[in-house]
Amino acid sequence: MSFLVNLGFGLLFGIGLLFSGMSDPAKVLNFLDLFGTWDPSLAFVMGGAVIVTFVGYRLVFRRGQPIAGEQFHLPMHDDIDRRLLAGSATFGIGWGLGGFCPGPALTALGLGASGTLVFVPAMILGMWAARILTDGPARTRTA
Amino acid sequence: MTDFTPIASLIGGVLIGLSAVLLMLWEGRTAGISGIASRLLPPYRDDALLSRFGFVTGLAAAPFAIVTFTGAQISQTVSSNLPLMIVSGLLVGFGSVYGKGCTSGHGVCGLSRLSMRSLVATASFMASAIASVFIIRHVI
Repeated sequence: MSFLVNLGFGLLFGIGLLFSGMSDPAKVLNFLDLFGTWDPSLAFVMGGAVIVTFVGYRLVFRRGQPIAGEQFHLPMHDDIDRRLLAGSATFGIGWGLGGFCPGPALTALGLGASGTLVFVPAMILGMWAARILTDGPARTRTA
Repeated sequence: MTDFTPIASLIGGVLIGLSAVLLMLWEGRTAGISGIASRLLPPYRDDALLSRFGFVTGLAAAPFAIVTFTGAQISQTVSSNLPLMIVSGLLVGFGSVYGKGCTSGHGVCGLSRLSMRSLVATASFMASAIASVFIIRHVI
């Protein structure tokens, strides 16, 4: 059940990415190319998504808890540390090189471009490296 | 050059926002793709694995759904410079998880919660992405 519901949410997210142009690296790179062939379209993606989420979250948080869970899982810390800055800057450099961020890359996978087919495994490897570095070894499961 | 598409981009953004709101309503979780995707990998810390797997499956199924139900062609231009795309993928994967969020987690969900952390993260990756494109297209 939770698999299917989340599949629906992922599908909606992916259709939004495709429709918006966010999953076309050419469009992303032109959005980032302020001093060249600038295409401001993707500012509208961010704008539309943030407005809907800003309003929607407020309505959702009026409920005490989510429908299928006991509590809302929100990041609690609000400290600006070196890890946040270094990680985000590293992500940005990579984003500017290839034009893919994680969501669009996963959505574009099925379109089968060779660049995407090598990008996604590399991205997953990078994610795994960061998980191992920051999350430590697996805790032993207690029954 | 790419065409300026404010309406399509706005509608796409609204759909993304809708998905983020529904995920919070149902699961009580933020729609941060780097977090969702990276937690499909071990070590596992909670029991939301199946939900995450469903979300990523939906993301990956989106182009097939569009082509099947609308018959529309999806156009995109991806660099065929494979070494560049591998380096790009490593940096995107590592950086987004190390910085605890990407365009969706910090950029959409974090900004919508008025999180100062996410605002700084978004400014940071936007600035470095713009610098990265500037160096590749106008300096090198």
